[in-house]
Amino acid sequence: MKARLVETKKGTRCRVLEAGSGAPLVFLHSAGGLLRDNPFLERLAQRYHVFAPEWPGYGESTGDELLEDMLDFALHGWDLVDALGLRGPHLLGHSMGGMIAAEMACLAPREVGKLVLAAPAGLWLDEHPIPDIFAMLPYQLAEALFADPAAGQQLLTGGADLSDLEALKEFYLVNQRRLTMAGKILFPIPNRRLSKRLYRLTAEVLVVWGSADRLIVPVYAAAWAAQLPAARVTTIEAAGHMLPYEQPDLFARVVGEFLG
Amino acid sequence: MKFTWFNLMPWPYLPDDFRQQHRSVWVDIPNTLYDPRKGHHVYHTYLDQLEYAETLGFDGIGCNEHHQNGYGLMPSPNIIAASLARRTSRAAICVIGNSIAGYNPPIRVAEEFAMLDVISGGRLIAGFPVGTPMDTNFCYGQIPALTRDKYREAHDLIMRAWASDEPFAFDGKYNQLRWVNCWPKPIQQPHPPIYIPGGGSIETWDFCLDHDYNYSYLSFFGYLRGKSLLDGYWERVASRGKDESPYRAAFAQIICVADTDAEAERLYAEHCLYFFNRCLHVFPPFADPPGYRTMATIKYGALAQLTLARQKILENLTWKQLVDERFVIAGSPQTVRQQLEECIKGLRIGHLFCLFHNGDMPDWKTRHSSKLFAEQVMPHLRDLWPEWKHDERWWMHPMDDRLRPEERRPGAEKSGAEWAR
Repeated sequence: MKARLVETKKGTRCRVLEAGSGAPLVFLHSAGGLLRDNPFLERLAQRYHVFAPEWPGYGESTGDELLEDMLDFALHGWDLVDALGLRGPHLLGHSMGGMIAAEMACLAPREVGKLVLAAPAGLWLDEHPIPDIFAMLPYQLAEALFADPAAGQQLLTGGADLSDLEALKEFYLVNQRRLTMAGKILFPIPNRRLSKRLYRLTAEVLVVWGSADRLIVPVYAAAWAAQLPAARVTTIEAAGHMLPYEQPDLFARVVGEFLG
Repeated sequence: MKFTWFNLMPWPYLPDDFRQQHRSVWVDIPNTLYDPRKGHHVYHTYLDQLEYAETLGFDGIGCNEHHQNGYGLMPSPNIIAASLARRTSRAAICVIGNSIAGYNPPIRVAEEFAMLDVISGGRLIAGFPVGTPMDTNFCYGQIPALTRDKYREAHDLIMRAWASDEPFAFDGKYNQLRWVNCWPKPIQQPHPPIYIPGGGSIETWDFCLDHDYNYSYLSFFGYLRGKSLLDGYWERVASRGKDESPYRAAFAQIICVADTDAEAERLYAEHCLYFFNRCLHVFPPFADPPGYRTMATIKYGALAQLTLARQKILENLTWKQLVDERFVIAGSPQTVRQQLEECIKGLRIGHLFCLFHNGDMPDWKTRHSSKLFAEQVMPHLRDLWPEWKHDERWWMHPMDDRLRPEERRPGAEKSGAEWAR
């Protein structure tokens, strides 16, 4: 995929990965950001014109201080769509990105093609409290995020070995910056009352969940279904919270079948 | 030199295997480990010690704010300070302090601190910490990335509330108040001395210097490790063109005094080890949520103190290490004098927060150590900064004709039945 820097009207500068052709599809990443390899995006680029912006606070993207709350985040999503010159793109959001995509769609329901929410954050069930990602040691992240933590650890760090102190420091710094940003909408509880606004959605919605998600457990898929009675809900086996990365082929196929 | 007797008020009944059984003394420590009936005795013992410190001649008595933890039992330091204000009349009451980013609205702090200043006759030292991340972020739910911004706004509101003689509207990002009108107002004008407790964040230095506040470096790792940090602070002071009054800075130090060095180990070692092994046993992520420290501070070198490494230090501590590395200044009065002089001069501090009660130390040992210090150490260290002898900018300015409430008892005859005019 090729990368370029896009400047929004607000003044953020975001690195955007881009590939493929066809209907525009904007992918919004999770609190962990884009990983080094994102094979599911390449699969999707075989059918769609895929754009994957990195949020301020992630990678080379800057303007962290310009975004402070949920409204800022959601409007920034639309600012990016505008800066990319897109009309009515499909939105595909993963985890935190799903929360942002859903907010974007609530704000401007008629600007969205179709909406795909992959293990989205944004709802909270008292009887199923989501583990606190802000209170985890680096090695605990993979356990929470992947059905297969050992393989997940490799994906998460781009192969770096966290028992090496320098690698750990590097990972720590980058991760602190990312989660500083994510904390603005996820800390201390990842619920910014999205549920009050979901009635506004008009686009077709797919909710897709990993059956082995230990971070936001699959019970939440049912909670989304209850909020969005018209939504299609699908589960992918042998995938945890990082389902796009753990089952890239299956994930891309499920998304493609829905988008058409 | 000014000496403040500080009590962290730890829970002294943490089990021996606390470290093995529980991941953290803070935030998610099981509250079944707390026993309110024992707590009754604990509070009164600790309050008695603070009052005793005044009779020993300490300049100040101190308390602070922490939440959901076995390290320090003062979720509301103002309640502690209020009881001290009624039972003492000479010592400064150092509340170091209220974690103002967590108060909603923070005008509450302006009001309560003013109450304390008025009740105590102008003896309040007002501390404004950002609060540890355990307290401010994990227990009180403030978003780490916005905590410092919210802190600054709370500070501005409080200072303006104290300074203003008329009601005003405050249109803040986190606090919107149409009518701000602080009643009561503090005795000390324009405001009580302000202390900013900081760890190692460089933004805090500039904040202190912008407003000429005292910078209080609170660490439990002694002056040898504190030196590089305070050196950085003093460099900043110089580069900002400020005078080098040692009273701009305070430092906290664990101190144990006995008749001999060997006696100090015999009396105090187990209690200090209790403090380091149990009271500082914090699950590392609770101490460093993303966004609490700025990237500038993390890059400044604080990575060297990666909490994991710090936890390693704590795991296998011995008394010898505590003493050799000066985490604890312990020994005979002579030893303590010599080491403290090195500490005070090395760090260039005018205020020392002295920690005599540590961990599960019993009352008699705490008093024994405090008394030896007051009689045989403190007098020798009083005049270490002769050229700044008259610098009172960072100390209390109480009313001369203040009452001595600890001498007034219910039913005692009141002088004059009318309010004085």
